[in-house]
Amino acid sequence: MLDYLKSNRREMIAALVLIVLLAVYLGTHPRGASTYVMTIWANQCLILGLAACAQFFAVVVRGIDLSVGAVMALSNCVASYLLDGSAFGIAIGMVAVVVVGALCGLINGLVVVYGRIQPIVATLATASIFVGIALLLRPTPGGAVNYDLADAMTLDVLGIPTAMVIAGVAVIGFWLPFRRTGLGLGLYALGSSEQAAFQSGINTKFIRLAAFTLAGLFGGLAGLFYSFVTTTGDAGIAASFTLNSIAAVVLGGVLLRGGVGSLIGALAGAFILKTIAALMFFSGIPSLAQPLFEGLILAAAIAIGGADVLRARNKLEAFS
Amino acid sequence: MVAQMSDMKNPLLEMRGISKHFGATKALDGVDFVCNPGEVHAVLGENGAGKSTLMKLIAGVLQPTHGQICIDGKAVFLNSPKAALSHGLVCMFQELSLVPDLTVRENLLLGAPGAGIGWLRSEALAKAQDVLARIEGKSIKMGARVADLTLPQRQQVEIAKAMMKRPRLLILDEATSALGASVVERVFDLVREERDNGTAILFISHRFHEVEALADRISVFRNGQRVETFMTGDHDYTEIINMMVGQKIEELFPAKTPAQPDAEIVLDVQNYSWDGRLRDINLRVRRGQIVGLGGLDGQGQSMFLMGLFGLLRQAEGTTAIAGQPTRIGSPKQAKQQAIALAYIPEDRKTEGLILDQGIQENLELAAIGRADLDATDPALYAASLEQLALKHGGLDQPVASLSGGNQQKVVLAKWLALKPRCLLLADPTRGIDVKTKTQIYAILRQLADQGTAIVLLSTDYEELIQLCDETHVFFDGQVVASLADGDLTAENIIAASLNLDAKSRAAHA
Repeated sequence: MLDYLKSNRREMIAALVLIVLLAVYLGTHPRGASTYVMTIWANQCLILGLAACAQFFAVVVRGIDLSVGAVMALSNCVASYLLDGSAFGIAIGMVAVVVVGALCGLINGLVVVYGRIQPIVATLATASIFVGIALLLRPTPGGAVNYDLADAMTLDVLGIPTAMVIAGVAVIGFWLPFRRTGLGLGLYALGSSEQAAFQSGINTKFIRLAAFTLAGLFGGLAGLFYSFVTTTGDAGIAASFTLNSIAAVVLGGVLLRGGVGSLIGALAGAFILKTIAALMFFSGIPSLAQPLFEGLILAAAIAIGGADVLRARNKLEAFS
Repeated sequence: MVAQMSDMKNPLLEMRGISKHFGATKALDGVDFVCNPGEVHAVLGENGAGKSTLMKLIAGVLQPTHGQICIDGKAVFLNSPKAALSHGLVCMFQELSLVPDLTVRENLLLGAPGAGIGWLRSEALAKAQDVLARIEGKSIKMGARVADLTLPQRQQVEIAKAMMKRPRLLILDEATSALGASVVERVFDLVREERDNGTAILFISHRFHEVEALADRISVFRNGQRVETFMTGDHDYTEIINMMVGQKIEELFPAKTPAQPDAEIVLDVQNYSWDGRLRDINLRVRRGQIVGLGGLDGQGQSMFLMGLFGLLRQAEGTTAIAGQPTRIGSPKQAKQQAIALAYIPEDRKTEGLILDQGIQENLELAAIGRADLDATDPALYAASLEQLALKHGGLDQPVASLSGGNQQKVVLAKWLALKPRCLLLADPTRGIDVKTKTQIYAILRQLADQGTAIVLLSTDYEELIQLCDETHVFFDGQVVASLADGDLTAENIIAASLNLDAKSRAAHA
């Protein structure tokens, strides 16, 4: 048990911070800890949470995905066309939205793996393309999403916010089993030491391709859930989600050098970030000053994460 | 049984006319090589002789420029480690193939036979755990992160990982370099058992007594070619060394200058300790003296050199430079005229050079930060470049395009330009051809004769014996033996490296 806590200490710290923050938030919220407050909080958190999951898959293989927000924007705009009408049509539409996200990710992966272009450059370029397509689809925000469906996804199940249920399913139904597969382990191996992974007989190209495709898929899911929350399509959401998704994974203990972290951490990081923003909203800090404070908190969190370097007794370790 | 019969007729692995070129460098040149089942085949050669390249070709990490690889008499193309694995060719690499951020269990699962991208089954773990238990690795926790293991523990895991793949051909490339003598013996028992079950073993080791104990046949490589293959015992140690080197050892090294016991003490380190990994090390180097640091890899000698150059935080002990007590807190301090140390790091490619930049830019790096020198002045380097006889096509040529030997000369030249009082060298001849080695030996002797104090860390016994006036052998962060004059023999160095005296004493206690 102690070993388990030790090896997952980053996630444990993130979870603890989140619980404290949430307690403060619910304590200070004028309407207290009601299902209504929890639902709105959870919805906001989950949008960024899914975006952070997308970012996690790119970061864990020592990459980065600057198109997370763009994939969200594109799938959100696609969703605003497809998620209305017959029940069957909507079901197909939801699948299509996620497939669009996964395809975007696959394209990123192909450019990175076979184009041999660094992820930061490749995804910067594809991000513009994805946003461009989204703008063609929705020059101005608009469209519609079936209200019954949107309500079902964004309200609560027996008092528990649906968004929390979705996060739970993502962790228990997807992540925990996935971590025990060859692909799940391969992601970490690739991010931690590509050479060791290759020499162990792992198909590194396939793993990297899969990682970026998963990033796209989660970007699509984030876009889909965003559609349920806002019930419109908006091509202008890309930039802030990309940056926040990176901030969220860092807060959640995922190392940008790859190979360390987990989906749970990424989710926790996103929830922390959104909770801080929500706290700020009620704290009386002028809204114009909020980015400043968010930035300071983020910088402090990252600094704490990097404090390991100070403990290194060999100066050369600071550079590795 | 039938399969075995056909195995006996066809060699398990046959390489025909194999060449591997890296740019202009020929790592292997027209090599024929055969490996039979049920046999331990040792491959000997100096650093840079082509052994590791040969192994990487077999393991599918590299592909040959020319030539053909046959398995069971059939030509195969090994385009990845995965392809090699599918033929039962398993390599235990010198550079460990373990993923540092994953646990021991996860690493073993990753390498398990039949592991793909799907659900991982843990049945194969039993075999790995069995192997670990047999090589005294039972204390290694399956849940421990590999990055938290010691080097010997990692090698044990690596061996278990290789064995669990049930190899037909097992390559052991310096597989036991960090292991203690008793563990090595267990590993050898395991290897012999595998051999008796029909596995072919390729064995690379720098420890000659290990080769003698384990190998059935020996192939000697030199300069990318196979010189000879013979049964163990057909040639004695000296003959084999001569085969590896291509000339008599004595001819490689310059004659020693008689020691001057009352020369000025340039560097005097007392009770140096650091982080529990180095304990109470004393070192005294006089003008014109070459002092060797020996021992197996990772016993603290390279850390100690780094420490002398101010790279380790919170080290204990006293350092005196030319009699003056001095505290060296950083490389920048260490290179100032008052101290004038120079450090040639172990890995010239990542620590000694900026590969993409030109020779001139690399040369300037050491002199930058010395207020009394003009780093951009080419005259500063002219003398040392000439002394080193650096071959180049203009000083703006990127150092990446130079051969290993010439790269090392650039590293030396940039420090010699500062006229160091004391030169700290970490394995300066690793991976360098014999000719350049001889040149470097001659230069070191020349520098010593001119009054430079030299500390030479080496993994090559001959360098310690033939070049050094005195050698300190490290084991587990301590100096376990200081050998000079008549005591400076290969047997004594090997015994001290393995800390044999202490071991046998412990066994009797």
